[in-house]
Amino acid sequence: METVKDLLLILVASSLVSNVVLSQFLGLCPFLGVSKKVDTALGMGSAVIFVITIASFVAACIYKFILVPTNLEYLQTIVFILVIAALVQFVEMFLKRYMKGLYQSLGVYLPLITTNCAVLGVALTNVTKGYGILYSVVNGFATALGFTISIVLLASIREKLEYNDVPEVLKGMPIVLITAGLMAIAFCGFSGLI
Amino acid sequence: MNRCIERLYNGIVKENPTLVLMLGMCPTLAVTTSAINGLGMGLTTTVVLALSNVIISALRKVIPDKIRIPAFIVIIASFVTIMQLLLQAYIPSLYTALGIYIPLIVVNCIILGRAESYAYKNPVIPSLFDGIGMGLGFTIALTVIGLLREFIGGCQAFGADLGWFTPVGIFKMAPGAFFVLALLTAIQNYAKIKGAKKGKDVSKIQSGCGSDCTKCRVEGCKDRTAEEA
Repeated sequence: METVKDLLLILVASSLVSNVVLSQFLGLCPFLGVSKKVDTALGMGSAVIFVITIASFVAACIYKFILVPTNLEYLQTIVFILVIAALVQFVEMFLKRYMKGLYQSLGVYLPLITTNCAVLGVALTNVTKGYGILYSVVNGFATALGFTISIVLLASIREKLEYNDVPEVLKGMPIVLITAGLMAIAFCGFSGLI
Repeated sequence: MNRCIERLYNGIVKENPTLVLMLGMCPTLAVTTSAINGLGMGLTTTVVLALSNVIISALRKVIPDKIRIPAFIVIIASFVTIMQLLLQAYIPSLYTALGIYIPLIVVNCIILGRAESYAYKNPVIPSLFDGIGMGLGFTIALTVIGLLREFIGGCQAFGADLGWFTPVGIFKMAPGAFFVLALLTAIQNYAKIKGAKKGKDVSKIQSGCGSDCTKCRVEGCKDRTAEEA
């Protein structure tokens, strides 16, 4: 029972309270770059959920079964980044070969995800917080869910913004960043939840 | 010698990674809650950038073209780990303040970008100065942004209370970071519009994350090189 409660807490904390983009600033590039349309935002979001969940699992396993027994914890950064880069390639090849449908909907976004610092960020946070494998996977999933929520919200706002008369100087990035800032204020409201 | 000075000028002013190219936005927003943190992050990145540029440039004839990106990442990650351990040992306060953003220097696209676009093609000494110049440009930008947020959000400068007005607390929190960046990009837009009217070349401005990411795959990121390993 205690575990379930903990896991639920992690789910809420990582997806809403300390949202990965709006309060930790990880994964900003795709957040700003792929949020023009709701469809693409949703595709990117699902790809991120997919990759981060697998990556947290693999990283947690490697940490627990290879790095800790050999006392090489300080190599975590090097090992994680290489594992993540290889993993994304592998996932892409696997999907291309065996799951054509999924590949067509996620494929475009997969290469972009290696650059997403949220993936490495989650793997490192899991280690810092001392999560085991199960907790790491749930935390990874929740973080990615938070990313998807915020990118889809931003994309829906941007679709509406297209029709607004924005001052010349604020066109493009500035107005998007102001929108993101206002969203961040709204997400601050979740901090009372836990 | 001239080439080295030109590299420094290029990194600090002409192609300032933060203010002109808009690269490495994650650390820029996350650690600039105060000027000291910005300075610490900037200098740490400078050291990693300069050293990794030197090693990559020295090994440029040995590293095969096809696996260069993984090789770059290993070199960069090693220096990041070294810096992380050094900070933990000698400046623990900065280590705790920067937290997870120290190991995340690995994925800072400025470093990989310089490795790919400069160090891999040029000799050691200019590469060193290129790294220092870019790093200092990053440091200056981060310190200024940190100072701005600290001043508006806490009425402080480098940790000293000034007490001139009631601080606008939100600038120290997460939303403030987005607003400051919005201000910066608005200034860039202004410079771009004005420059275009005068007929100057403004193509360098905001060539980083400003455009649509999905196009990267088709056109390649031109100046900016994503981690495609």
